Amino acid sequence: MADVALKNITKRFKTVTALKNVSFDIKDGEFFVLLGPTGAGKTTTLRVIAGLEKPDGGSVLFDGQPVDHLTPSDRDVAFVFEQYSLYPSMSVYDNLAFPLRSPLRNLSKDEIDRRVRETARKLRIEHLIERTTAHLSGGEMQRVSLGRALVREPRLFLMDEPLSNLDAKLREALRVELKHLQKAQGSTTLFVTHDQIEALTMGDRIAVLNKGSIVQIGTPEDIYDRPATTFVAQLVGTPRINLHEATREDDTLHVVDSTIHLPMPGKEALPSSFLLGVRPEDVQIHSEGDFPGEIVLTEPLGVETILHIKAGEKTMLSLVPGMTTLRIGDQVRFNIIRQRLHYFRLDGTRISV
Amino acid sequence: MTALEGTSRQRSITYAAPVHKVSRRARVILAIRAFLTVIVALIMLIPVFWMATTAFKSRADAVAVPPKVFFKPTLEGFVNLLAERSVLAQARRQEMQARRDELSWIQRIALDAGTEIIGVSQYVGRLRNSVIIAGGSTVLAVLLGLLSAYAFSRFNVPGSGDLLFFILSQRMLPAVVVTIPIFLMYRRLGLHDTHIGMILLYTVFNLSLSVWLLKGFIDEIPRQYEEAALVDGYTRLQAFRKVVLPNALTGIAATTVFCLIFAWNEYAFALMLTSDRARTPPPSIPAKLGRGGIEWAAIAAGSLGFLIPVVIVTFALRRYLLRGVTFGAIRQ
Ligand SMILES: Nc1ncnc2c1ncn2[C@@H]1O[C@H](COP(=O)(O)OP(=O)(O)OP(=O)(O)O)[C@@H](O)[C@H]1O
Ligand SMILES: [Mg+2]
Repeated sequence: MADVALKNITKRFKTVTALKNVSFDIKDGEFFVLLGPTGAGKTTTLRVIAGLEKPDGGSVLFDGQPVDHLTPSDRDVAFVFEQYSLYPSMSVYDNLAFPLRSPLRNLSKDEIDRRVRETARKLRIEHLIERTTAHLSGGEMQRVSLGRALVREPRLFLMDEPLSNLDAKLREALRVELKHLQKAQGSTTLFVTHDQIEALTMGDRIAVLNKGSIVQIGTPEDIYDRPATTFVAQLVGTPRINLHEATREDDTLHVVDSTIHLPMPGKEALPSSFLLGVRPEDVQIHSEGDFPGEIVLTEPLGVETILHIKAGEKTMLSLVPGMTTLRIGDQVRFNIIRQRLHYFRLDGTRISV
Repeated sequence: MTALEGTSRQRSITYAAPVHKVSRRARVILAIRAFLTVIVALIMLIPVFWMATTAFKSRADAVAVPPKVFFKPTLEGFVNLLAERSVLAQARRQEMQARRDELSWIQRIALDAGTEIIGVSQYVGRLRNSVIIAGGSTVLAVLLGLLSAYAFSRFNVPGSGDLLFFILSQRMLPAVVVTIPIFLMYRRLGLHDTHIGMILLYTVFNLSLSVWLLKGFIDEIPRQYEEAALVDGYTRLQAFRKVVLPNALTGIAATTVFCLIFAWNEYAFALMLTSDRARTPPPSIPAKLGRGGIEWAAIAAGSLGFLIPVVIVTFALRRYLLRGVTFGAIRQ
């Protein structure tokens, strides 16, 4: 296993700049997640690291050594592709054994067989092993793809949305399993996803990518509790963060066009006009709450319920535990937890106060 | 209970009726189609049938008027085609008849036609030429075509559009237009009437077809297959062999058949650019017309025999050819 560093990677495709000055380090044994919306450049980043794409600028280092001149096979990384890369003419077994049969590795037949079967067991695809891949379901194919990487012991695992085609149950199970495997083997993993829950639950650290640029790198707590921009704040957390324009007059914060007026002394650092972010779990219904509002929608999810509360012109989302007896049209009062407010400049960057 | 039964029966009736109707109509349409196909096939096959029967007719039967549909089959035509014969004088003929039992069956057939076999005919050599020239040029065209199609499909070849058009344009001029310049060139280069010359020429002509056909097939194979192999520790050449080749088999089979048919049947170049050493059957079969009266049976035998190798190759590769048709359905 190795630590990996990207230094100022830039990649252009004709007119599109897919990556702009991307830099980050992955520590040895770390589970590093690359999170971003579609088209952000996540796949391109992985392809550059694997050596399938030549960057226009910058350098990739493994253990401090540049690998830019190395071929993909010499870099010794395992890649789980976003689209299936299984060979339709081969059986599942042969697909799994394919990386091990490389002339580079020179493994004995028994060793190959042992590792293929062990991997199949871990991913619960033992029953598929004799089948050809042409007629597997999407989820089965994805597990076989994962298996093709996990049979190896590479310096680095690159995984491009490997869980996206699975049903919710299997995804949760595999999420746990992957994380467990990764920790047990101490393997360095770069995991790409656009699913914030996957990122928060699996990542030791997360890098948020948007339009080819890194927006923030940090632990899941950093990303969730101290989002660097409104983009990050909105990307992580469901339901979405409440983000409203606000003004400061002396010691009071006013959410524009709403009933929310917060007396907050000691916030002189805030400009007169800014964006206020409130996570839904920090909006709490209380019979003697500070602010009045009206329920306009309820979304019961079982464990918790999302309430849409209209406060003036603005709607605040609130996350409450369990099911609720509140009905649409009910008048309620609510509080906002003031220690957990997020402030952003109008251009979207975070204001630390 | 009864009401339920009633509805369910009614439903089964309403379901069954249209299904039955549709299937009967479909069956009638199918029958009409099959009938038409058979008619068309019969019309198309009449010349082939004619040729096949003539090949087994005796000299007299071949020219009989009205044509004989029932006749005594003989291999006379094939013997005439493949063997060099001399006409027997009356005395010698009787002598041969006397020891007929000692003769081989081939000699006996020749004897019945009043001739004696004195050697192998030129035609055998010409067939061998065809095998060498068509086989060699097909292998070369498919091999080179595969490599260049792969390059055009996978790499950023500068000016690839123009290059591809140039390759295609090799096939646009009709043979008669280019034979004379090629004839002169070949005379100068010493390639006239040589196997190498003909192999080169057919390879050039077939390359345009094979590059274009194979590029289409290789384009269909996702790049990701090779990229996965590269990452998994294979070189590009190994990835090509292990991943691209098995997936391109259909295309390779189809291209092989097309190239072989062209090279095997080619007439105009063979007529102009070969005379003896490298001459192939297509220009030689009609030459039979001129020598010692028209030997229809021999000509038919030559044409029939000439068809067979191409049919065999096509038949041998049919599994891949058929897969080619359903390729898209199998792949994701
Ligand atoms: N080979 C290519 N040629 C041209 N443009 C490309 C190529 N590959 C990627 N791009 C462009 O680069 C940008 C980033 O693409 P990339 O595939 O890395 O996004 P992604 O983050 O993986 O998105 P997704 O979540 O949809 O997979 C996109 O705008 C895409 O259109
Ligand atoms: Mg992607």
